[in-house]
Amino acid sequence: MSHIAELLPPAPPPPEVTRRISPINVVGSAMLGVWIISGLALVFWLFQNWDTDKITYYAPKYFSGLGQTLKLVIVSILLGAVLSIPIAFGRMSRNRLFSAIAYGYVYFFRGTPLIAQLFLIYYGLGSFREGLETVGLWTFFRDAWYCAVLAFTLNTAAYQAEILRGAIESIPRGQFEGAASLGLKSIATFRKIIMPQAMIVALRPYGNEIILMIKASAIVSIVTVFDLMGETRRAFSRTFDYQTYVWAAIFYLVIVEFLRNVLVHLENRLTRHLKR
Amino acid sequence: MPDPTAPLVATASVLTMLDPFCGPAGFLNLLPEASLMSCGDTGWGDEIATGFWVTIGLALATLPIGLFLGFFIALAKLSSSSPMRHAANIYTTIFRGLPELLTIFMIYFGLQIGLRELLVNMGYEGAIEINAFVAGMIALALVFSAYASEVLTSAFQAIPAGQYEGGMALGLRKRTVMRLVILPQLVRIALPGLGNLWMNLLKDTALISVIGLSDILRQTGVAARITKQPFLFFGFACLLFLALAIASSFVISWLERRSKRSETAR
Repeated sequence: MSHIAELLPPAPPPPEVTRRISPINVVGSAMLGVWIISGLALVFWLFQNWDTDKITYYAPKYFSGLGQTLKLVIVSILLGAVLSIPIAFGRMSRNRLFSAIAYGYVYFFRGTPLIAQLFLIYYGLGSFREGLETVGLWTFFRDAWYCAVLAFTLNTAAYQAEILRGAIESIPRGQFEGAASLGLKSIATFRKIIMPQAMIVALRPYGNEIILMIKASAIVSIVTVFDLMGETRRAFSRTFDYQTYVWAAIFYLVIVEFLRNVLVHLENRLTRHLKR
Repeated sequence: MPDPTAPLVATASVLTMLDPFCGPAGFLNLLPEASLMSCGDTGWGDEIATGFWVTIGLALATLPIGLFLGFFIALAKLSSSSPMRHAANIYTTIFRGLPELLTIFMIYFGLQIGLRELLVNMGYEGAIEINAFVAGMIALALVFSAYASEVLTSAFQAIPAGQYEGGMALGLRKRTVMRLVILPQLVRIALPGLGNLWMNLLKDTALISVIGLSDILRQTGVAARITKQPFLFFGFACLLFLALAIASSFVISWLERRSKRSETAR
């Protein structure tokens, strides 16, 4: 009969095998390497083709184009925000007619390409010259910049209305009831209780909408507005130098990344009290 | 001996019968004869109809490429190797940060310049023309894959680790686990997000008209310039895009219901 005479001493666990050179690491490093090498090649290429005359001639134009882009986006986002309020309330309204109108508006502007909307307003409405002259709106519709602002405002209002509606509907009913039981008027409820909570929900989608608008604003260059993209196209058509597009890409990437980081920072800051 | 082209001819005639624009049941035939929108030489209906099919063709051709790329980029983002994750993140940062129009121009002119340099080095001197459809497909696939990878990454993260472990415990290979256990659930989770991306893709195809693709917007634009009726034609273009959006939303909600069949049974 066998029995255990002595216990084996407890052994430490076997050392964890960490293979630094696994196939996936090799492939990953190769891909990252491709990015780094192409980035360096790009810098080298830009440096090699550096033409001081061209840069001094086109740099101010690019910056004025950037100013146009930012102006266009800021104006349309702000006007769109104002316009989105009645649309969002129309969407939430119990009145069938209002909600159908608001739904149709939102569906149209979200279902069709912005470029088609811009063409419809700039070329389409612009063709009714006599009619517009009699109402005194011809100077407005003659100018591509105003048409772009109008198209962008109408478009972003549809998207912002959906953001606003989603944010307001995400607030639990109890918040409204609590405010009502405190005897607050509906305006005060809205301003002091609903909006502060809804805006936190809406912050990220609003940020995304601003970024989307900056990217979408490039299409105004097609209707002869000289924004950043318009200046780029003009510079390319004169020089046939691919650098013009690379510089535009750098500009856009810097703006979008900057904005994205600001928004992440802002969100972290504004939601401090929600973190445990 | 039967005519080898007979099936093709038959298919073509069936397709003509079903053509929603100019076929026997086409809605454009309801318009009075010789109106601006009618089919044939007098109107622009048939030209715009070809543009419509080009738009759909471009979107449908881009979708599989974009999904395929996006799937692997999503896998790369979730990979255990940090260089891989960085490489994938750089990709999405670039293609989500650039305006679609700029991406399209960069691909179109980049391909043109690059190919010319290459061919000149090989001793070929001649004009090069890049096909707008191909350039547009590449540009849209890059943009689509960058966004799709984000949707798929979050869908992957929504699948609990137990699903992988369960698959392994059954002795399935890694690839089989992915195909039989993970993918069916991934589709279910990612479909709403991918549906939105498809809607964006449809709208982004309109941008390819600026590099000369004869899609809805270009065909209506030509018609608008010649007939001097821009409001009518661009309005019609908007309605066509709207029809595409409505049709897609039906298909997407059907797909979503279908993918959820097993869920409701539980």
